[in-house]
Order: sequence, then structure tokens, then C-alpha cells
Amino acid sequence: MSKELIRLVGCTMAFDDEIVLNDINLYINDKEFLTLLGPSGCGKTTTLRIIGGFLQPTSGDVLFDGERINDVPPYKRRVNTVFQRYALFPHLDVYENVAFGLRIAKLPEAEIDQRVTEMLEIVSLKGFENRKVSQLSGGQQQRVAIARALVNRPKVLLLDEPLGALDLRLRKDMQQELKRIQQALGITFIYVTHDQEEALAMSDTVVVMDRGRIQQIGRPEDIYNEPKNAFVADFIGESNILDGVMLEDYAVKFFGRRFKCVDSGFEKNEPVDVVIRPEDVDIVSPEDGQLCGTVTSVTFKGVHYDTIVDFHGFKWLIQTTEFHPAGSYIGIHLGPDDIHIMHRSEYSGLFGDYSSYSAEYDEINDPDLYPEDISEEVSEPSENEEEAAKDED
Amino acid sequence: MKTKRLADPYLVWMAIFTIVPLGIVVYFAFTDSATGAFTFKNIVNIGNYIPIFVKSIWLALVSSIICMVIGYPVAYYIAGRSHKAQRFLYMLIMLPMCISFLLRTMAWVALLDDTGIINGFVTAMGLKALPLIRTNGAVVLGMVYNYLPYMIMPLYTVIMKIDPRLVEAAQDLGCSNTQVFRRVVFPLSVPGIISGFTMVFVPAVSTFYISQKLGSSGTTLIGDVIESQFKTAYNPNLGAALSLVLMVLVFICIGIMNRFSDDEEVATV
Amino acid sequence: MRTFNKVFTILVLVFLYIPMIVLAVASFNNGTDPAVWQGFTLTNYGELFRDGVLLPLLANSFIVAVISSLLATALGTMAALGIHAMGPRMKRTVMGVTNIPLTNPEIVTGVSLALLFAFVGTLLKVSNVLGFVTLLIAHITFNLPYVILSVTPKLSQMDPDLREAALDLGCTPAQAFFKVVIHEIMPGIVSGALMSFTMSLDDFVISYFVYGPNFVTLPVEIYNYTKKPLQPKIYALFTLLFLAILLVMVLMNLLEAKDDRQQSVARRAFGGLRKERAEE
Repeated sequence: MSKELIRLVGCTMAFDDEIVLNDINLYINDKEFLTLLGPSGCGKTTTLRIIGGFLQPTSGDVLFDGERINDVPPYKRRVNTVFQRYALFPHLDVYENVAFGLRIAKLPEAEIDQRVTEMLEIVSLKGFENRKVSQLSGGQQQRVAIARALVNRPKVLLLDEPLGALDLRLRKDMQQELKRIQQALGITFIYVTHDQEEALAMSDTVVVMDRGRIQQIGRPEDIYNEPKNAFVADFIGESNILDGVMLEDYAVKFFGRRFKCVDSGFEKNEPVDVVIRPEDVDIVSPEDGQLCGTVTSVTFKGVHYDTIVDFHGFKWLIQTTEFHPAGSYIGIHLGPDDIHIMHRSEYSGLFGDYSSYSAEYDEINDPDLYPEDISEEVSEPSENEEEAAKDED
Repeated sequence: MKTKRLADPYLVWMAIFTIVPLGIVVYFAFTDSATGAFTFKNIVNIGNYIPIFVKSIWLALVSSIICMVIGYPVAYYIAGRSHKAQRFLYMLIMLPMCISFLLRTMAWVALLDDTGIINGFVTAMGLKALPLIRTNGAVVLGMVYNYLPYMIMPLYTVIMKIDPRLVEAAQDLGCSNTQVFRRVVFPLSVPGIISGFTMVFVPAVSTFYISQKLGSSGTTLIGDVIESQFKTAYNPNLGAALSLVLMVLVFICIGIMNRFSDDEEVATV
Repeated sequence: MRTFNKVFTILVLVFLYIPMIVLAVASFNNGTDPAVWQGFTLTNYGELFRDGVLLPLLANSFIVAVISSLLATALGTMAALGIHAMGPRMKRTVMGVTNIPLTNPEIVTGVSLALLFAFVGTLLKVSNVLGFVTLLIAHITFNLPYVILSVTPKLSQMDPDLREAALDLGCTPAQAFFKVVIHEIMPGIVSGALMSFTMSLDDFVISYFVYGPNFVTLPVEIYNYTKKPLQPKIYALFTLLFLAILLVMVLMNLLEAKDDRQQSVARRAFGGLRKERAEE
């Protein structure tokens, strides 16, 4: 049974009037690979920085091994960080970069040498000791950053979207590499990303965040198969999210039809959100179908076809290896396992309709809306956060 | 300790040696030289020097405009060269500024004097010696000479920073070279023009050495008057009053300049 | 149009350097009037080195320049660090104050400092308040903005994560500065120091109002000299100074070139990340 290492209790972070973190309660176990996942601006990087000591929460406590560490500066915490842009020291070579923390700790030279060499071997950079940082490729710089942090044997490693700048294939390799290193060294990793595939691939625990609040915590399979609300359902993978009514346990009604499902524990006739994953939908002939609709567009994605189907004005995404041309009239069949029920929330009605893939696209033509920046870009700290950071030391 | 506290010694220094002295100037300006009492006498006496103020402003203005006209093509040329060439040319332009402007002005005396070098050539050709020195023109020449780099540098800095892709975009949309300049480069270089103009006008209007050496008694400028009040006539109160007016004048100029430019950074040395 | 600009620029450069050439030539002239060539000679240089008055003055200028630029660099770098950590409103105000000595006419700066010293003098009942200290104070004051304006851009350009990485790895804020930050901003510090040194060495107007009779700098003395007919050894001095400054400028130039090269290599290395092929 892993022991609890870090606990955030009621942490709130406010910059002037802007509330970036709202009452965050979270515990992280020893040896755990935990990922903070969410869109740009959700507060995941802020949470990471609070754990690292670069920010102090406006209210709430940060506990490490049971002790309150709010006032402990970063250089006194048993925590190390891998920065998004690596932050390798340009005036030092690879060896000296990795040895940096050990030198500050005034360890004996022999021990420094032994640990640095060992760490470079672990990250597969043996032989690179004397290279200048600017002569390294991105992947290599990445590994130096990881080595530099891990060589100090921290109890916790914080990683702030470290793979964002890498090429797709390299990113996948590095994901496996990081997981392997984490398990081999038995260190707690706290990982921040906006890439849900990455989070699902690497983590023991995923913490989904949006707008400063935790939306759901769980294992990757649980988050994927049983999202708690429309936000999580939409953020992780693709989802069709419909309005439905829970008639009774194991039975839900939507589109005027009754469907058997596997969820229970809801009120009788409670309005709910119904989640159906695009890959779970079977396309059948209209006669055999539980629902019928018209295909409006088909896109070839290689692995499958993205098929947009119109059911009574609501557009579904169905992923299938069969080709059904636009305009064809099809039926669908859903098994009880394919339907997942969630309580309604503030997110109901915002997601799930596939008239477009993104919210921004809908907003492009609406001159009255001021679109939030919900693009999937690398998140930058807001100006407020930078300002607050300047007052800290 | 918060990092921003590191600037405290500097702030104290600036308060004592920049802000306070300006306050003292104001104090002296409104103080009678003999009795030390509050008075407007100094300010009133400034009225005697209005023609000199006008002349100073006028000559400075002419010099600034000439600097602008001469400086722009040079800045434009340098900005268009290769990186290495730019650095080299920039150094060449800056170098004279670092060398005693007294001596350089004296060199112009040697050049322009009635028995100077230029007239040496002129008389050798059999013509009569030209009255080059001790004229307004000579003073303007001296100002232009000394302050031209102050115009070129900010201009160059601004022009150089213009995104070349903007030029490409204009060309892509059908502009000839002249049109690119007129419609894209020149408007974007305006902050540099304003900056350069200010950096020439301010020293030019307050200079006192150039007018002494290259000019005559008819070209006494406000800087000369202030200098004499402090060094020879020993009336620091009047000198302070004149300085105050000069300062206000400069302040107004900069204020007008800032109105036309929304660039926060003043392109400096 | 391009050739016109090129020719024009060359003409302007010639125009800028004519007086230097005149003075350099005059330094080798065997006569006092630069307009009248009386034969090549090195005696002026000889006289210069034997001159008991000019060389000590040059030494004075040097001393003031070195001390004031070192102090201004230290104080200014600290200030730049502090300013960099300020919020935008405070930053703008402080930078505004920093700009005052730069935009104020030199004569006003000189006069205001002279009045300050006079004021202090009467307060402390000291009559000869002007001297080395007042001169030094004035030089430091006008050098500070140059240092700050050299260092702050380097601070802004620096990757902010570098300092945090140093803290993360166990450095106290002071250690983080001396082990990491200072290396990144060094070009700015050096350029600020060189700029201060040069401005100090050459300063006339401000020094003229705050100097005392016991410690005179070269430019001020030259002003007094230029009231009488000039001795040719001054031209020799000028030529030598010109060459010295030229050397300093070339040095600064090379430093900047090296810094630019490093920056572009770093940028290419990081920019290349985005187009990385999966070769590892």
C-alpha cells in the first residue's frame, strides 16, 4: 500500500481578481505516476508550480510527508523539475549541467562523478559529457534535463509538458522511456500535459482539470470508460453526448427510445447526459437499427472512417472501418455496454454535437461572442501569473 | 528578500542626484540672488533673453531638420546591408561621438577659419576668402556635424527592426519599390524619426560651446547665457531660471514627440 | 536609388571623419597652424609624452572613468535585476526616471548638480565643496542609465526558466545569480561598462560644472586651452585617444559579434526541435 506523499488541501490561487485555482484537494502517493490533464488555462501548470515552490497558494495548504511546506522555498524542497523548454544552462556542458545540483549540495567529487555517469547511462546519453548544450538535438536536450533533475534523487519529479516540442514518433518513444525510468527508479512523477492520449498512455492516475477545478480523478481506464461529466467525456477521446432521461436503473431513454444500459444509482426520471463513444456504435441496416439517420459526411482517417450522421438534427460521430457514403440512410445498434450515463453538470449541452469538431469553429461566425482562448496550444503563463511570480523569491 | 528590493540603492541615488537637484533648480529660480527671498524677478528677467531663446530654438530646429534629411538615407542604407556590414558601419557612425567634441569642433574652426584650410584652397585658386566662420551657418554646420549620429542611430534601429516579411507582403500585393517605401517602410519608421529628432534637438538647443567657437556675438545661444551666469557673472538664480525654462521647453518637446509615437522605448545609444 | 544611398552614405562618413583627419594630420605637422603644412614631424608626440600637465590630466580622466564606470556597473546591474522583478507600472515609472539624465540637456544636468553641491556646501558650511567626489558622483549619475539600458534587455531576453531551474536544483537566489544569471547577462554588463567608461572619459559639459580646481579632467582643461591658440601636442593627444577609442569600439564590436553568433546557434538548436526527425 503506497503511502501518501503530497497533499493539497483547499488550495486556491488568485491573481488580483482572477481565480486560477479554486479549492483544489488532491493527494499524491509515493511512487505514483500522476498526470494533471486539461486544456490551456485550466490551472494544471499553476498546481505544479505550487508543488514545486515557485508559487504560494493564496489560501490552502501544501503538505509534504505530513508537513506543511507553504513557506519552504524551491531550493529547500526534495522536489526537482523538468521544465517545458528544458532550461539547460548554456554556459555549461552536459556533464556540468547534470552535476549542477550535486555541486550546489557540495557532494564529494567522486560521488558526483559516479552519479552523473550513472544517470547519463540511464538516459542513454553516455559519451555526451563534454558536448555543449547548443550542439544537442531536442530529444537529447530533453534527456539532459531529465538527468539533471533525477540525479539529485528527489522524492518527486515535476514535469511541465516536457514532450510538447518533440516530433510525434519521438514523443511516443519518450513517453515509454519516461514511464520505464519512473518505474525503475520508483520516484513519484507529477506530469502536466494537455494531450489526453499522452496522459492515458503514461499515468497511474489522471487528474482532469478545467477552469481551476478538478473535474475527475481516476485511473486512465476509468476516466475513459466512465467520465463523470460532459467536459471529461469530451476532453478524453471523442464522445457523442446526448440529453437523456434515466427511467430507472439500467434503463435510459433518449431520442424517444428506451435503451438498456449498465449504469445505476440515479433518481427515477432524472435528466442525464448520455455518452456514446464513436467507436462503440455498430452500423446496421435501417430495418435492424435502434435509431436511423442520414450520413452527412465521411472522412477517411486511415485507421477508420470518421462518419458524421444526422439523427433528428443532432450530429453524431461514428468511427467505423466500413464505408458509408454521404447521403446514405443507415441504422445503428448500441449494446448496453456502449452507453454510459453521467449526471448533468454546468457542462451539459456544451459538447457532444458534431456539427463541428471544435467550439472555436462555431464561434468564428458569431460576432457577439468573445471567444475564450481554448486552443490546444502550449499553455503560457498569463501576465498575471508572471507578475505574481515576480514578487516571489 | 524580494528581488525588486535590489533596485533600492539605485532609486535612492537617483532621488538624491537627479530628482532633488531638479528641485533645487526650481528653488534657485524663484529665489532672489541677494536676499534669498522668494521672487519672480528671475523669471521676469528671462524676458530679456527671449530673442536668444528664439534664436536657439530656430537654429536647433534647422539643424534637426537637416540631420533628418541627411540621416534618413544613411540609416536606410545601413539597415539594408548584411549583418556584419551593419555592425561595422554602425561602429563607424558611433565612433566620432566618443571622441572629444571640443577638439572636433576646433577642427572645424581650423577648416572654416578666414585663414583656415578651406580658405587656403580658395585663396590658392585666386578667389577671395569666404566668410565661413562666425556665421549662423557655421553654427548649424557644427550642430549637424556633432549630432548627426544621434539621428542616424535611432532611425537605423527602427528601420532595421521592420519585419522584412512586411516588405515581401507589400511586394506580393503589387507594390513597386517606391510604393513599398512610401506605404510601408516610411510610415513604420516614423517612431525612429521622432526619436532621432528629439535626440538632436535637445542637445542642439542647449549647446554652448559650438556657438562660441563657430559663431559670433550675434549667435549667442541660451546655453552660452546659462554658462556665463554660472561661471562668470555668478548669478546662479538667473541661470537656474533660464535652465528651468530650458527644461520646460525640452519637456514640452518630448511631450509633443510622445504624442506622435506610441513606442514606449526611446531608441537610445 | 540604392547606389545613391550608398554614395550618399560614403559622403556622410567622409564628412564625419574630415575633422579627425585634419587633426591627425595636424598632429604630424611641424607648425602650430593646422591650416599651414610645415613638414612632417613626430616632435609633437615627443612633447606630449614629456608634458607634465597633459598626461596627469589624462590620468585623472582615466581614474574618474574607471572608478565611475565600475561603480555604475555594479549599482546599475543590481538596479536592472530589481527593475526586471517589478510589476509593469512600477517598471515604467523607474524607467522614466532612468531616462531623465539621458533626455535632459547636459547643461541642465550639470547645472542642477552644481546647485545641489552648492546647497550642500552652504548647509555644511564648506566653501570649496567641488572636487573629486562631486565629479565622481556626477559621472556615476550619468553612467547609470547606460548600464541599466544595456543590462535590462539582456535580462528580458534570458529564458526565465533558467533562474528557476537553478533554484529548483538547490541554489539560493544569490547563488542562482552568480552561477547562472550573470553568465547570461554578461554581454550587457560588459557593454554597459564600456559605454560608461567611454562617456566618462569624454565628458565635458557636466564635468565643467562640478569639477574642483584640485582635480581637473582632460576635456575640461582642453576647453580652457582652446581659449588660447592650440598647441600641436594636443593634436597628438587627440590622435592617440582616437586610436584608443577605436580599439575599444572594435573590441565591443567583436564581443557583440560573438554574442550574436551564440544567440543564433542557440535559436537554431531550439528552433530545430520543432522540425525534429525521429532519429534517436
